[in-house]
Amino acid sequence: MPKRRDLRSVCLIGSGPIVIGQACEFDYAGCQALKVLREDGFRTVVVNSNPATIMTDPGFADRTYLEPLDLEGVADVLGRERPDALLPTMGGQTALNIGLELAEAGVLDALGIELIGAPAEVIRRAEDREQFRETVRATGLKVPESLVVTSLVDVPEDLSFPVILRPAFTLGGHGGGTAHSRKQLETLLDRALRESPVRQVLVEESLLGWDEFELEVIRDRNDNVVVVCSIENLDPMGVHTGDSVTVAPQMTLSDEAYQELRDAAATIVRAVGVECGGSNIQFARDRETGDVRVIEMNPRVSRSSALASKATGYPIAKVAAKLAVGYTLDEIPNDLTRTTPASFEPTLDYVVVKVPRFAFEKFPGADTTLGTQMKSVGEAMGIGRTFTEAFLKALRSRELDAGAVTPWASLDELPEGLHPWFRAELERLRIGPMQLEDLVADDWLRLKRLGFSDADIAAACGTTEEVARSKRWEWGVRPSYRRVDSCAAEVEASSNYFYSTWGEADEEPPSGGSVVILGSGPNRIGQGIEFDYCCVHAAQSFRALGYQAVMVNCNPETVSTDYDTSDRLYFEPLCAEEVLEICRRERPEGVVIQFGGQTPLKLARAIEAGGFRILGTPFEAVDLAEDRERFAALCGELGIEVPAWGMADSPEGAVEVAERVGYPVLVRPSYVLGGRSMRVCYDAEAVREAAAPHGGQGSLLVDRFLENAIELDVDALCDGRATYVGAVMQHVEEAGIHSGDSSCVLPAPSLTKNEHAQVVGVVERLGPALGVVGLLNVQLALADGRLFVLEANPRASRTVPFASKATGVNLVQAACRLAAGETLSELNLPRWQPPSQISVKAAVLPFARFPGADPVLGPEMRSTGEVMASASDLPTAFAKAERAAGRRLPSSGTAFLSVRDEDKQAVVPVAGALAVLGFKLLATAGTARVLAANGLAVDYVRKVTEESSGPTVVDLIRRGRCDLVVNTPQGSGARTDGYLIREAALVARVPCVTTISGAAAAVEAIAHARDEVALSLQERIDAHARSA
Amino acid sequence: MTGFLALEDGTVFRGESVGAEGFAFGEAVFTTAMTGYQEVVTDPSYAEQVVCFTAPMVGNYGVASERCESARPHARAVVMREARGPAWTDWLHEHGLVALSGIDTRSLVVHLRQAGAMRAIAVAGDASVEEALTAVREQPSMAGRALAAAVSTQEPYVFSDAGVARIAVVDYGCKRSILDRLAWAGAAVTVYPHDADPDELVRFEGVLLSNGPGDPEPLAAEAETVRALLGRVPLLGICLGHQLLALATGHETFKLPFGHRGANHPVLDKRSNRVLVTSQNHGFAVAPSAAVEATHVSLYDGTVEGLDFPELRARSVQFHPEARPGPHDAWPLLSSWVGEVRLAEAA
Repeated sequence: MPKRRDLRSVCLIGSGPIVIGQACEFDYAGCQALKVLREDGFRTVVVNSNPATIMTDPGFADRTYLEPLDLEGVADVLGRERPDALLPTMGGQTALNIGLELAEAGVLDALGIELIGAPAEVIRRAEDREQFRETVRATGLKVPESLVVTSLVDVPEDLSFPVILRPAFTLGGHGGGTAHSRKQLETLLDRALRESPVRQVLVEESLLGWDEFELEVIRDRNDNVVVVCSIENLDPMGVHTGDSVTVAPQMTLSDEAYQELRDAAATIVRAVGVECGGSNIQFARDRETGDVRVIEMNPRVSRSSALASKATGYPIAKVAAKLAVGYTLDEIPNDLTRTTPASFEPTLDYVVVKVPRFAFEKFPGADTTLGTQMKSVGEAMGIGRTFTEAFLKALRSRELDAGAVTPWASLDELPEGLHPWFRAELERLRIGPMQLEDLVADDWLRLKRLGFSDADIAAACGTTEEVARSKRWEWGVRPSYRRVDSCAAEVEASSNYFYSTWGEADEEPPSGGSVVILGSGPNRIGQGIEFDYCCVHAAQSFRALGYQAVMVNCNPETVSTDYDTSDRLYFEPLCAEEVLEICRRERPEGVVIQFGGQTPLKLARAIEAGGFRILGTPFEAVDLAEDRERFAALCGELGIEVPAWGMADSPEGAVEVAERVGYPVLVRPSYVLGGRSMRVCYDAEAVREAAAPHGGQGSLLVDRFLENAIELDVDALCDGRATYVGAVMQHVEEAGIHSGDSSCVLPAPSLTKNEHAQVVGVVERLGPALGVVGLLNVQLALADGRLFVLEANPRASRTVPFASKATGVNLVQAACRLAAGETLSELNLPRWQPPSQISVKAAVLPFARFPGADPVLGPEMRSTGEVMASASDLPTAFAKAERAAGRRLPSSGTAFLSVRDEDKQAVVPVAGALAVLGFKLLATAGTARVLAANGLAVDYVRKVTEESSGPTVVDLIRRGRCDLVVNTPQGSGARTDGYLIREAALVARVPCVTTISGAAAAVEAIAHARDEVALSLQERIDAHARSA
Repeated sequence: MTGFLALEDGTVFRGESVGAEGFAFGEAVFTTAMTGYQEVVTDPSYAEQVVCFTAPMVGNYGVASERCESARPHARAVVMREARGPAWTDWLHEHGLVALSGIDTRSLVVHLRQAGAMRAIAVAGDASVEEALTAVREQPSMAGRALAAAVSTQEPYVFSDAGVARIAVVDYGCKRSILDRLAWAGAAVTVYPHDADPDELVRFEGVLLSNGPGDPEPLAAEAETVRALLGRVPLLGICLGHQLLALATGHETFKLPFGHRGANHPVLDKRSNRVLVTSQNHGFAVAPSAAVEATHVSLYDGTVEGLDFPELRARSVQFHPEARPGPHDAWPLLSSWVGEVRLAEAA
């Protein structure tokens, strides 16, 4: 059946900010869907609050709305655009839930919009635990024994433990857990019920120790079903699949066992009624008896389907989008072969391993045990011709920071219950000490074929990676590159998707004229989708400039690892070894390192030493910016102020520096980037404490900490001589809060014209002095009328996509042209002028995933994602951004305030404004005293640690008696009460502001936000261009 | 021990021997099925062939006697990128199969795809490549080879004696799973040799023409038997049985460049417009045809994957509805045929 003629326009919902459980995979899915829908002549509308996505680029859809992904936000857009159909299956759980909400609220019917991809009853059958279980049982398949619980009274007395709790309708099993006793069940159930938007929790038979498999299934309206990929989890049942190491294809099942799962998958997809799209179905299987249980299904594209697409070369989202608009599988060509149809099942002649990337070190105090609730923040994938080769590639693709806390840290810590086959494979990877001189070509080949890196072998030989590598080269042992073609070479495929292996023939050597773009690897906190956005734009830009764009990356979620994005894709770890070998094969015109965050910068030295040219900003500029001594000296020469600072080797030395530069100071180990282990200290005692864990291990950096400063973020372009300031953004939260976690406003609202000019002047001097050719990000602070440079990064920054979308200037494209040799004057960029709307970027934090860690903003970045909102004034934009970030500000009710001593005066106007707005004020003793002294009516409530009668503040928050919490943490120590308050707010889903400036902005937004018609990105850019 | 695979065109692939010592001749072919290595090697249709697995690792889940598709291995040698033992490699050893691991299988597959399936020798141990090549070139080509007689049962035997329909299976190299599926569908199954007398076969309620190795064209007597059965008894052909029915009804067969072997091949049922993902193993095929009886077509190359002559109560499929290895999508084909045969008899 060909394309439906009755549909002309389709609206697609994205997945919003990156959160744990929903990452770049939905940008990848959305981009693919939009691409094929547009090719087919549909008018496309996209709604997504995440500015760092490629799908929200102005060229990707006819209309793009950066609006909050809630019923009201999407309904507004639908009312304005009146599409014929809504496709809710590309934006994860978020989009699916909104699709269902819109259907249930009658919005779709009222507007005459059809839900395509998955009709409402299919979503319900798959997502409502009860309905799903009944549907599965009716087919004769088994589900884990379980009951649906809406309160503790539903739990029978004779329940046997352990049991698993799964809240209905949540992301990545969020809010679930395993209970081993009734007492534990009570605690977990309370949280789980709260997490479920429908207050429904499944308490089920624990399948701890069973093997876990996932199948990616596609069905069309002719009832054709194909299984695209099988995935096996190494971590057994009980560990969320997003946190598991997984392998594709499945490794341990015989044909009859595998076919049993395949049959079950087809049966389920038919029973649930998915008839034009992809689904993911999870199974548990008892290793001994072969008993199978159906765990769950997602009637949409998912993280696993992105992985399956990258693992097989079968573009699930693209095919699913085509099915949704009427095609059948046999009418859709296989993208890679072009001569055969999509109605087949990919076969793999390689192995793919995915490993999760964790960030526990960012959340001290958090429980690091893996369970049914997903905790990893990203993932990496390795492709090899054998399991061990793929496994080791994936493992080293994680780019762990020194001291990282993570499962699978080494082969000595294999999970309990690991299947003996995997255990045996991993045992083969134990190598003892070796002598480099003893290794001959055959030894090298054997080790490389097992998957060891030069660095692994160097470590075993007690030498450096470089020495080991040159020895290997002397023996002539080099990797070969093979194609991912979905068909094990059975059909000729012109695929441009490669991975490396050893001791085999090479396929399709490149013809030259390429530019190698290094990606950003697995998502982690501080380096996520923003950099993938930049890399994708870089690929597009270099292609447009006539180069062959070559992408290197190892993150299976991303758009950059879609083979459609570049001329050649190397799915490889971003390590010196792999990158150098790719460069040697490609003989590129240049290597681009400024778009993939810190990852490529770490490789710059090796690339230059390897004789390859870095396009744009050279490594020297990176070094100059990162070396504190050199950078400070440079700023001195340029007459640019930096905060007073010094280095120390011991806690006492740190105190000496602190006394010299003056308190407060910022203390951090010099070898750690991204705000890790950074502390603001107000006295010598605090400095000693902050410095102690690092005593003797490298040096400490002590900076004067600028209080009450306005923090600014600038994204600029430089061609080596001239500089173009693309965006000056102001942070909402004060200095001391990591820029990545701070809300940020463009244009900067507090800057005078003169100050703005001053900022531009500083950046214009810095760019050429550093030698930047391409993008430059500068962070500045304005304190008491003095402008300080905090740091400069000669690369794309996290704010580039936001700035580009707010101003309409594609900064990455411009940077690529500069890197390719053009000058700024040749680019002819529009002269800076304030955009017609105010844009706000707000961070999204994963605290709810890490119970035990203090949910407070600080110098260490902890947000996973961000949202953007624009409006004609700041309060409206800010309120919308907060709403988009899932923290809808209350318009009335009770505000609870409890602030540290330093903030006691500053909180008075905030509380005053709340009172004027009609909020009832509630405060703990100290804060209440100050407010009362300033003439405000305030009720006192006791802290948990205060001996007294009556409910504590935590009790009130838990009972839903607070609508807004303002709580700033004490500078040092004594965090217990604050922590309990913040945690209670987090659990009760009450907006909790932990900075005074954030509170002021929130109050301002509550007071002045207005209802406004949502404008599309295209309309905003047009309006801006017209006014220019 | 090292080993190598030499193709008749002189291409040599080196690896490590993980099976029996010695050497084995055969036609070099590849299968893309990712599971079912033991089923493949014991499928009589792989007689006189050296099978290369494209699956990256082979042997992962060991061996089990119930996975054998016949009493013994029929493939002459096995070629793998990475063999996993010990159960699988021990089994290969015990069954006297030459097996090579560590072979650049992807390059071998690309070569066979481009140059076509060809004669080959798998050698375990040191041997002169030149001598091996000379010997390979003296071997007969697969085209024109009649192999059914060599793998067929010599005497008729009863596979399952109780059932609602009495089915005769003509064994040209029949996979055990075909018999299993028939019995599962309620048939009483008797197996006959490849040269069974048609007059004896027509006493059954249905006759299944099995799969088997080699070229269908030289099987003139077998095709003649099929012709003699047409219209007298319901027929179902599978794989070689399909090709014999095709020849008996005036269709042409030809040698495919490198065959269809795997578990993922899409076949379109032209009547329902539905696609079956099928298990396949054939080096010869029925030439594309627009004839009305050509009900199924390969979505890879348009060859005829199914025939149906309702008047003659005869039908056939090129793929393997019994699966093993591969998807069960076409299982109903066998059970519904058994059901039809029984109803027809009752009517």
